[in-house]
Amino acid sequence: MTISIDPQKTNNESLQPKGWLRYFSFSLDHKVIGIQYLVCGFLFYLIGGTLASAIRIELASPMSDFMPRDIYNQVLTLHGTIMIFLWIVPVVNGAFGNYLIPFYVGARDMAFPRLNAVAFWLIPPSGLMLVASYFVEGAAQAGWTAYPPLSITTPQSGQIIWIISVLLLGGSSIFGGINFIATIIKLRRPGLKLMQLPMYCWAMLGTSLLVVLSTPVLAGTLILLSFDIVANTGFFNPVLGGNVVVYQHLFWFYSHPAVYIMVLPAFGLVSEILPVHARKPLFGYTTMVFSIMGIVVLGLVVWAHHMFTSGTPPWMRLFFTIATAFIAVPTGIKFFNWVATLWGGKISINSAILFSCGFIINFVFGGITGVALAQVPFDIHVHDTYFVVAHFHYIVYGGTVFIIFSSIYHWFPKATGKMLDEKLGILHFIITFIGFNLCFAPQHWLGLNGMPRRVAEYDPQFQFVNQISSLGALLMAISTIPFLINIFLSARSGKDSGDNPWNALTPEWLTSSPPPVENWEGEAPLVEEPYGYGKELSEQK
Amino acid sequence: MTTLNSSKEIQKNNPEVNEKHEDFRIFGLITFLIADGMTFAGFFAAYLTYKAVNPLPDNAIYQLELPIPTLNTILLLVSSATFHKAGKALLKDKNSDSQKWLIFTAFLGIIFLICQLFEYFHLPFGLTDNLFASTFYALTGFHGLHVTLGTLMILIIAWQSRVNGGIVTSQNMFPLEAVELYWHFVDGIWVILFIILYLL
Repeated sequence: MTISIDPQKTNNESLQPKGWLRYFSFSLDHKVIGIQYLVCGFLFYLIGGTLASAIRIELASPMSDFMPRDIYNQVLTLHGTIMIFLWIVPVVNGAFGNYLIPFYVGARDMAFPRLNAVAFWLIPPSGLMLVASYFVEGAAQAGWTAYPPLSITTPQSGQIIWIISVLLLGGSSIFGGINFIATIIKLRRPGLKLMQLPMYCWAMLGTSLLVVLSTPVLAGTLILLSFDIVANTGFFNPVLGGNVVVYQHLFWFYSHPAVYIMVLPAFGLVSEILPVHARKPLFGYTTMVFSIMGIVVLGLVVWAHHMFTSGTPPWMRLFFTIATAFIAVPTGIKFFNWVATLWGGKISINSAILFSCGFIINFVFGGITGVALAQVPFDIHVHDTYFVVAHFHYIVYGGTVFIIFSSIYHWFPKATGKMLDEKLGILHFIITFIGFNLCFAPQHWLGLNGMPRRVAEYDPQFQFVNQISSLGALLMAISTIPFLINIFLSARSGKDSGDNPWNALTPEWLTSSPPPVENWEGEAPLVEEPYGYGKELSEQK
Repeated sequence: MTTLNSSKEIQKNNPEVNEKHEDFRIFGLITFLIADGMTFAGFFAAYLTYKAVNPLPDNAIYQLELPIPTLNTILLLVSSATFHKAGKALLKDKNSDSQKWLIFTAFLGIIFLICQLFEYFHLPFGLTDNLFASTFYALTGFHGLHVTLGTLMILIIAWQSRVNGGIVTSQNMFPLEAVELYWHFVDGIWVILFIILYLL
């Protein structure tokens, strides 16, 4: 087996733009594509964050006074869709996956470089289309779940544009998944065994399996939904004899695994970051691998726990409650492995590990509320309340977004050859951590007391707690400022990092920083022990 | 299996080296077909659920005639065999034979589509008549789209495997193998569809 470099790529290299211009080109270099994913995703994060701020401003008072109700619905729909499909999924899969996986398997590029570039370039147009739909008769209003009959009865054009962009983004996600599976399974450097791969490869393999198995079902469902909207069929329209619950089943068959698509790569990334900064081997490598695969299998059979109030028959409730509770086992194994990795380590307190530890704390909290939500009696009580919003954001923001920031602090020197400023980084962490918890922890209380989600108005008794939550959101918005200053200042005039500032052993650090076009000057190094910390230096080399 | 370094050498000396990755691209294609199969699985699951829990109105017509779809099943199964013949012929460097088999396969695909359209025009229900009708057209239509794409691809590789100047040869089997795999996949889906939609 040889490495697949497109011959045209080598020939055209002189024609490719150099410097920062290459980030605007149809580049086939996995490192360029990774940065493209990251920056594009971050820009959409800023848009989605602005929308979130608008939601929190509206909710600072019980009446609908900041924006009209239908605009509020559009804002919350766009916020959810942008954050999930344009920020978290592309960044935690596409950005870090493209940048790191070829290094980890000892390759010079991904298995299908051209497909990779196509997958990225599907994202900006569909994202812009989604945002622009706001100006065309109003954006979709049915939430990111687009449940019928709501999605059939709200204005059509916005909903159709929403469907088209989600289909394109799903296609991009599937192409990416195919590429990752082929790269990890087929493109490994000769001599590198599967069980020697860094943990992020396993996480991406599991994630990509979920992407390939579940995303097409969403695509099929949305095609049927668009027929309902445009062609007047009745798949999900009860008036015409259709069945809304079928939509929910098909939708959650994708969208529950989607949670794992968002969080499994973060599990992988944190498993890379902790050993480096704690100077200890990753605890329980084998159990980590089996946990990831266990989560993949179980993640495909728990979807109906989102539908306990949709007239679900008792046997289904029983099955999905038990299956969901089981997922806590592999997830718990991973949690204890991270804690055990830190235990007794020589931990250096820097922004990367602070964000990783923040992840562990937030994620265990979100995990516990997740197990609680899996129990039918409790779920029926808090269904569609702010408790669910709080749980979800603890997983996806407190979990994944914390890891995205942690990874940026960890791999920024790799991509640029410059260090990020630690003082600004720690400031960023403190504001984010306080702001995040201030924003979402009170929402558990709101949900338990019955405040419904997705509504612009609420009972005045909840006003004080909502204002605390909005204050937290303000802090989260402010936290972006030191981060952006840090990125710009460090990229321009940061301290030189050298090739391996963290003395890490994973393969991406064994080449120069920033890496050469084809990753390695000579042959790719064979890293049999990516986590062999704590040994004598002579043994490492 | 060569090392990365020597592969780079080969790459420099011989730009055609990319052609040696058949297994690799086929692997990617198989992954894609699994994904595509999941789309159909979603449709089948929806159809079966509707059948189980959503009773049709009393006057709904949902009887399907069997002769045309049976003929279509036979057509597709035969076309799978003829495609296989084309591959065998190309492997033995009989390019013109291979091309004939390919054109015959595409012809069978076109007949399939004509029969499908004929069936559509003679059915007593339309797309929006009832839930069964909508699901029927969505399923067969989505499959028909796959057959259309497959037929076009077969015609393209038939052109590319022409004797003078064709790029699909026994040295470069990948395009033919890829389309063949896709075609068998579309056949397999049709057999499942036939059983679920017409026979159940």
